[in-house]
Amino acid sequence: MKVLVTVKEVTTIEDGFEIEGTKISEKYLSTDLNEWDDYAIEEAVQLQEEGIADEIVTVTIGPEECEETIRKALAKGANRAVRVWDDTLEDTDLLDVSITSEILRAVVEDEDPDLVLMGVQAADDNFGATGVFLAKDIGYNWAAVVNHLEHDFEDGVATVRRELESGVEEYTDIELPAVLTIQTGINEPRYASLRGIRQAQRKDLNCKDFVDLSINKDSIESRLSLTEMYEPESESDVVIWEGDAEKTAFQLSELLREKGVVG
Amino acid sequence: MTDILAIMDHRRGELRNVSYELITVGCQLANETDGKLHLAVINGAKEFAEKLNREGIDTIYTVDYGQEFNHDVYTQAIVQLYDTLAPKYILTPNSVNGLDYAPAVANQLELPIVTDTIDLATDGETLIVTREMYGGKIETTIELEGMAVVTIRGAKWPMEENPGDAAIKPFDVEIDEGALGTMVNGFKEISGGDVDISEADVLVSVGRGIEQEENIDLIHELADALDATVSASRPIVDNGWLPKSRQVGQSGKIVTPDIYIAIGISGAVQHVAGMKGSDTIIAINTDPNAPIMDIADYAIRGDLFEVIPKLIELSK
Ligand SMILES: Cc1cc2nc3c(=O)[nH]c(=O)nc-3n(C[C@H](O)[C@H](O)[C@H](O)COP(=O)(O)OP(=O)(O)OC[C@H]3O[C@@H](n4cnc5c(N)ncnc54)[C@H](O)[C@@H]3O)c2cc1C
Ligand SMILES: Nc1ncnc2c1ncn2[C@@H]1O[C@H](COP(=O)(O)O)[C@@H](O)[C@H]1O
Repeated sequence: MKVLVTVKEVTTIEDGFEIEGTKISEKYLSTDLNEWDDYAIEEAVQLQEEGIADEIVTVTIGPEECEETIRKALAKGANRAVRVWDDTLEDTDLLDVSITSEILRAVVEDEDPDLVLMGVQAADDNFGATGVFLAKDIGYNWAAVVNHLEHDFEDGVATVRRELESGVEEYTDIELPAVLTIQTGINEPRYASLRGIRQAQRKDLNCKDFVDLSINKDSIESRLSLTEMYEPESESDVVIWEGDAEKTAFQLSELLREKGVVG
Repeated sequence: MTDILAIMDHRRGELRNVSYELITVGCQLANETDGKLHLAVINGAKEFAEKLNREGIDTIYTVDYGQEFNHDVYTQAIVQLYDTLAPKYILTPNSVNGLDYAPAVANQLELPIVTDTIDLATDGETLIVTREMYGGKIETTIELEGMAVVTIRGAKWPMEENPGDAAIKPFDVEIDEGALGTMVNGFKEISGGDVDISEADVLVSVGRGIEQEENIDLIHELADALDATVSASRPIVDNGWLPKSRQVGQSGKIVTPDIYIAIGISGAVQHVAGMKGSDTIIAINTDPNAPIMDIADYAIRGDLFEVIPKLIELSK
């Protein structure tokens, strides 16, 4: 079985960040492998260790700078990586899920995987929509928010548990080929070993643009436009204590005393 | 005119509250543009349509097909409703099931989708959407023209309460059974675990700010000193540092203690969903912009590794 794992490099923002227009100032930004995708990679690697997956390919839409993140996924055990980028994307916000999906679809058509593992959501945009959108796009079956996957795939069926709200899990069978969006906690993502990191440097990282993937540039136009970005206005009248820990801890312990928690 | 089609949320024989919020939002959008609000109850119990009959609704369509939730049935039914009713916006809950069909509907109808919205306005042409990013640290406004699929965040809007007299009509769908690629086989409820955190008066709750498993001891020590119970945000449970029964939030437990102390927890919406009903919320966090600050009554802006040992000392 061939497994395709989507890997997004997400931006993270540091404390005290500033917003300029509809962007966060560069100096407060760093990047990371999307937390949810880390769990998807681990699930694929476990499938390979058990002899179920023959090949794990990762796909990332992103500029050259995100190759470090891609190498991380390779170091954890993926066999090779595809990175898609095109000049057209330089000034497109990937806000419209259909654009991401259209690009990923081209890669799925190239690779023809049996199983596509994605994250429930990206930690930066928090859309939570790309997996199901893509599944419909490529005509695969799907399940969203999977927190357990049986590894036997009897008769070409994936048996999963979907995590619903308030501690309820749903048992579902899905015919392959399928897209699963993976929830955190499904496994324990490994750290890359030194050997893995060394090997990752030699693994195949293939870059493709829209011409390679026969994607029509004209179809890449976001129907969503980001017009404002700001810090949420606080409605609360929170009492904030800051400064020396001795002092703030005392203030809190006084409050707890008033409330009868501390005798 | 801007007609709205709102898809009701129910699970295992029970209507979920976000359905009443969808009515509020749908009414507001319809009113802003002289449009009609239609509801769809797909695979729901008979009495749901009656229960949902609230002011401002034009028609409630009921679709009868199958037993359990099936995203392909939902997708096919919504597409057929859309073809008949031609609504401008399809509203769905941003629930786990909502996110299992809404993107597929958008894909099939070639409409843009915007998820987890917390505010919406329209002039009939442009939809102005407010949504968060980065786990609630940032808010954004997004504009889009034309028709769209929109998922709304639950427990964010008022629930429409006034009874109404909308017509209730069955809607016949043709379901392509060959295209149903998934089947639900049952459910499981996470067991109670060693303690029931929802019974506790004082919760000391720990998040990713604790950094390492060994450091959880510090939290246990504080809980002992305060005669409190330890709970946690999701990453702590995902890491296996505390059992699932200690998880507060959307996929964990809902708690309403007298005092909730959130230590190194950012306050993502899925966490807040489980603890915002607490009487007094106290946050200890290095980041003054952490969303938890917005719902806290008291907060220490500081390093938990400095504050907690002092607090333990003072509480003994
Ligand atoms: C479908 C779904 C369901 C989910 N269900 C749940 C759920 O039930 N419960 C839940 O909790 N989450 C849930 N989540 C995850 C949620 O989105 C967040 O990822 C999670 O709540 C973040 O946990 P956290 O606040 O501990 O970590 P982070 O968001 O990483 O926050 C850590 C905080 O610690 C602070 N900090 C760091 N160092 C220190 C220090 N030394 N002293 C003081 N403060 C410090 C940081 O400033 C930050 O605010 C769900 C997500 C999805 C998609
Ligand atoms: N630029 C991207 N490159 C690769 N995968 C992506 C990208 N954007 C989104 N995805 C995948 O889609 C999932 C859900 O993202 P989202 O719908 O944006 O919350 C992520 O966990 C990724 O697996």
